[in-house]
Amino acid sequence: MSARTVLVTGASGMLGGAVAAALRDRGDTVRAFQRRPAGIEGVQDVQGSLSEPADVRRAVRGTDAVIHLAAKVSISGPEHEYRAINIDGTRHVVEAMAGQGGGDLVNVSSPSVAHLGRAIVGLDATPADPERARGPYARTKAAAELLAMAADGHEGMAVTSVRPHVVWGPGDTQLVGRIVARAAAGRLPLLDEGMALIDTTYVTNAAEAIVAALDRIDEVHGESFVVTNGEPRTVRDVFAGFCDAAGVPRPRLHVPGALGRLAGRVVEKVWEVRPGSDEPPMTEFLAEQLSTAHWFDQRRTRERLKWTPSVTMDEGFERLAAWYRENPFPG
Amino acid sequence: MTTSSTGRRRAAAPGVPGMPGVDPRISRTLEVRDHAGERRRWHLLDSGPWLAERGITPRGTLLAVHGNPTYSFLYRTLVREDIPWRLIAVDQLEMGWSERTGTTRRLQDRITDLSLLTDALSIRGPVVTVGHDWGGIVSVGWALDNRHDLAGMILSNTGIHQEIGESLPRALQLATTPAVLPATTSLTDAFIRTTLSLSSPALPRDVQQAYLAPYRSRDRRKGIQDFVADIPASADHPSRATLERLAEGVRELRVPTLFAWGPRDITFSDRYLRDLLERVPHADVHRYENASHLVWEDADVAGTVAEWLADRFPASAEPGTEPPAWRPVSSYAEQVPVQPISAPIARLAADPAHAHRPAVVEMPGDNGSGREISWSLLDRRVDDIASGMLAHGIRPGDRVSLLIPPGADLTAVLYACFRIGAVTVVADAGLGVDGLTRATIGSHPDWFIGIKRALVGARAMGWPGRRLSVEQLPTVDRTVLGVETSIAQLATSGSQMRELGAPLDAPWPDPDADAAILFTSGSTGPAKGAVLTHRQVSAMFTAVGDTLQLDPERGLVAGFATFALLGPALGAPTVVPDMDITRPGELTATALAQAVAALGAPAVFTAPAALRNILDTASELDETDRAALARAASFFSAGAPIPAHLLRGLRELMPEARALTPYGMTECLAVAAIDLDGIEAAGQGDGVCVGSPVPRVRIAIAVMDELGRTTGEITETAGVRGEILVRAPHVRDRYLMLWGTTHESMRFEGWHATGDVGHLDDAGRLWVEGRAGHVLATAGGLYTPVQVEEAAETVPTVRRAGAAVVGPRGTQQVVVILETEEGYRPGGRPARPRPAGTSLQEAVRRAVRERSGAEVTAVFTTRALPTDIRHNSKIDRTALSRWSEQTLRGEKADAL
Repeated sequence: MSARTVLVTGASGMLGGAVAAALRDRGDTVRAFQRRPAGIEGVQDVQGSLSEPADVRRAVRGTDAVIHLAAKVSISGPEHEYRAINIDGTRHVVEAMAGQGGGDLVNVSSPSVAHLGRAIVGLDATPADPERARGPYARTKAAAELLAMAADGHEGMAVTSVRPHVVWGPGDTQLVGRIVARAAAGRLPLLDEGMALIDTTYVTNAAEAIVAALDRIDEVHGESFVVTNGEPRTVRDVFAGFCDAAGVPRPRLHVPGALGRLAGRVVEKVWEVRPGSDEPPMTEFLAEQLSTAHWFDQRRTRERLKWTPSVTMDEGFERLAAWYRENPFPG
Repeated sequence: MTTSSTGRRRAAAPGVPGMPGVDPRISRTLEVRDHAGERRRWHLLDSGPWLAERGITPRGTLLAVHGNPTYSFLYRTLVREDIPWRLIAVDQLEMGWSERTGTTRRLQDRITDLSLLTDALSIRGPVVTVGHDWGGIVSVGWALDNRHDLAGMILSNTGIHQEIGESLPRALQLATTPAVLPATTSLTDAFIRTTLSLSSPALPRDVQQAYLAPYRSRDRRKGIQDFVADIPASADHPSRATLERLAEGVRELRVPTLFAWGPRDITFSDRYLRDLLERVPHADVHRYENASHLVWEDADVAGTVAEWLADRFPASAEPGTEPPAWRPVSSYAEQVPVQPISAPIARLAADPAHAHRPAVVEMPGDNGSGREISWSLLDRRVDDIASGMLAHGIRPGDRVSLLIPPGADLTAVLYACFRIGAVTVVADAGLGVDGLTRATIGSHPDWFIGIKRALVGARAMGWPGRRLSVEQLPTVDRTVLGVETSIAQLATSGSQMRELGAPLDAPWPDPDADAAILFTSGSTGPAKGAVLTHRQVSAMFTAVGDTLQLDPERGLVAGFATFALLGPALGAPTVVPDMDITRPGELTATALAQAVAALGAPAVFTAPAALRNILDTASELDETDRAALARAASFFSAGAPIPAHLLRGLRELMPEARALTPYGMTECLAVAAIDLDGIEAAGQGDGVCVGSPVPRVRIAIAVMDELGRTTGEITETAGVRGEILVRAPHVRDRYLMLWGTTHESMRFEGWHATGDVGHLDDAGRLWVEGRAGHVLATAGGLYTPVQVEEAAETVPTVRRAGAAVVGPRGTQQVVVILETEEGYRPGGRPARPRPAGTSLQEAVRRAVRERSGAEVTAVFTTRALPTDIRHNSKIDRTALSRWSEQTLRGEKADAL
């Protein structure tokens, strides 16, 4: 594929950074769009806000393709903030692309857009459901995915959505960082002994799948793909892998799942009235995520994207451990 | 054709709400004149438009009539692409969403109403009627009145004949009492709620609601009351004459017929099925063992119907021609010379060299009561009992359920049954009381012969059949247990008759008549009855005898109950060791040695579970015992393949014995066999090498696709993995009253599909790798449980491994559950497996990945893996998978 100009939104995050670097390494001209400079070598920074249509138009202008990763990712907070970034921001990207005659859009979404609270056992991607998805993040990401996919085939646009599930890797502050910190403080519970099977995705694999989706967009536009390592593990094994890599004790606190969900509901209510400085220690959504299975059928994803993960779970844990040896916890 | 579970259902017919799982376009109403000439509004499901949309031309009509208190909704599952038949499922007047007319309709009125409706719909043959409950009777009435259009009949849980007085099922007796009737049937909705509550597993809420919906008010329920009141339980009932006409008329209908039955029905029990079979003996039957009255909800009846219609009315056949005659698998195989099963007994009894040598020996136990029966005595006893049985009224073709421990009595009774052509039902005591009850009730025995303990159970559990005891019982016991007479008494009277000059007057049975029904272990679901003809039983005995080279000089020690029955047919003396035959695993080395000593140099049969115990108790042997054991000529263990290390241990005890481990199943007892040298020559491979086929057996492999489904292709090429197919003269004829299961197992013409998976090697040896249903269909390819288990067992601390899967086929994840050398605790209470420690988990993952290529998602340890009761050796992988599915979903699972 000949070198092209690609815009990556949200490149300051772990996954966005990995995507930008991968595109750069193969010779594409890469722009990164976010509020603060991403500081990735060889990548041009365009600063601005997703909620400003003019900023977005400026970033999109002259690009062949956009990989849209930027989102408000959290497990709590008022819904309007999510709407402004996740829904309106996506609309601004789509409008900017349509306004300049189209292009290829890889919309990075989340399996939670179709997660209705029940266990997911070996399912392929199911339709995004903004009404019944759990929590403001999932609901707004679901609406954003529908909005992006609706643009496919119009105004010269080709759109696909990629939903990586639970992305982790070295330097991750979102998931690994929080789990390790809580485990170190003895505040990481295992719900129902952490026996539920979950899929996760090592960051390199997620980035490569996103690039593959861009390369295959002529064939796969209009489709949504869940992306994972395809090696589901029990929650306890995933937590143990992170804790072992960081050299902190594994979680020993056991909480019944039903109690965890109840606690989450209570904590959410308290947080609404009196928000804490960090995120709430438990939410109903998080409790559900950590006590019910969610792992996916990866056959269509791998076949359509002509992609397979290059880093196994075990190799991922080793790389994480190597990173923690360089950057010991607590830092 | 399900509608969205949340979206509002669209009503197609006026006044008829949507129903879950029903395309609204097939729901319609129609006004037709009834028997009284009044225009009445009917509601029905009509799949005509649905089929037309899919370009399917119907081959005919399925006219489906519901019972009380259901409606056409019962038949929604018959709308499917693999049923190219137009479904017309009616709501009878006063029922479902059809009109409430305020009149009381008798049985004959309903039959006439239905014929007027089908006239209005211009339905012309071929028609297959479908009837459930009292709708079955109405459908038979329609069939008799419209014979020119009738092509076939399907009946489920119904009864065409009602004895006067005795008859009504208890639930209905109460409901038909005038004082109770309105209260249960129309005043409240108790009748319908009770009917729905019988389903197992419980019906989904939306389905329950759909059944209740047409019967919400007392007015709408009046039809239910009238329907119950129309059951003609007394001679002067206005519908009595009609019912009697139908009950006799149905005998004249020669069309293909299917009975689909849910035996857990308190209303239409197996008694009604027996009655129907007596009237329509050519019917195909499928009993869904765990299904209740609403069998259409509890089991995949529609799937069976789809296959049955395709089989009985093939698309290629000219209308009106008979489908090709059904041929058992055994008829495709190389045949053995036929001789009556009990002929060798008579032959040896007539031979002075053998007549007085022992045929059956029961070793004395602690109470010292052993027995020895000579060939001459056995022959006389068989003929005495046979004469007595005939005189008592046991006829050729009668089913005789036997619950007698292996030994001289069982042998004599069994061979007497073979002699006169009575069909013996043999269920292993290892099935447990529930399994025995299901097997006995499900085999519809005419007679039940048992020891006293079994008779007490038979009475308590309400097992059917006229009862006979083995020993003569005191009068009081006979009365209490409902026992007519005893085998001892029959033998005496038979003997007297013969002495008075009335020889046994019975022709040898037809070789193609049913001889025996054997119940399989049930490790793969409820026990199934395998029906064998005399020809097949005889071939089975010959196959085992040829494999083990048994003859009058070389007897056998039956450490596994079933094998005690082999000897007489092979003319080989049999010794039963001192043991509890319900616990074959507890056979001790000493008991075995003493049994061997009684015969000289016999063949030894044991259960695989016994092997460990024999080795564990070997230290108790004295010198004499050791010397006796050392004389054993061959050693044979059936039920599950024997691991080589156990065989080696046994060879130390029995150095002269050729240790054979066979592969077979109740459906085909001997398929292949291998000895220790053969195992060592075969070496390591995927699965367990079970050797080469025994004489006259052919083995082939049905190729599988990536989901583990057979594709229809058959191969004998080495290295191709798939479902194992066998052909032999001793493959059983069919399963008892399991039409769908029989059909499924014979889907490759001339082969029995074993349900086991494996492959052939370059030397023509068969390797078995587990059950086809347990194939691990992962995204990375197909693996067999044995592959994974053997790989996991190479990890030094692992004692035994069980492989399970979670998730849908094609993307399944492999779970391994281990017994470790340290943590093994057999015989305790069920326990919850625990996550394996990191290093063990990693070692197992690596071993499995390197040796089989499979990826393991999680590893657990447990005290003892669950095993199947009868063989006490096969890992219950179904239980492992069930536990894993629940646990890894994040749910609480029962202990294992």
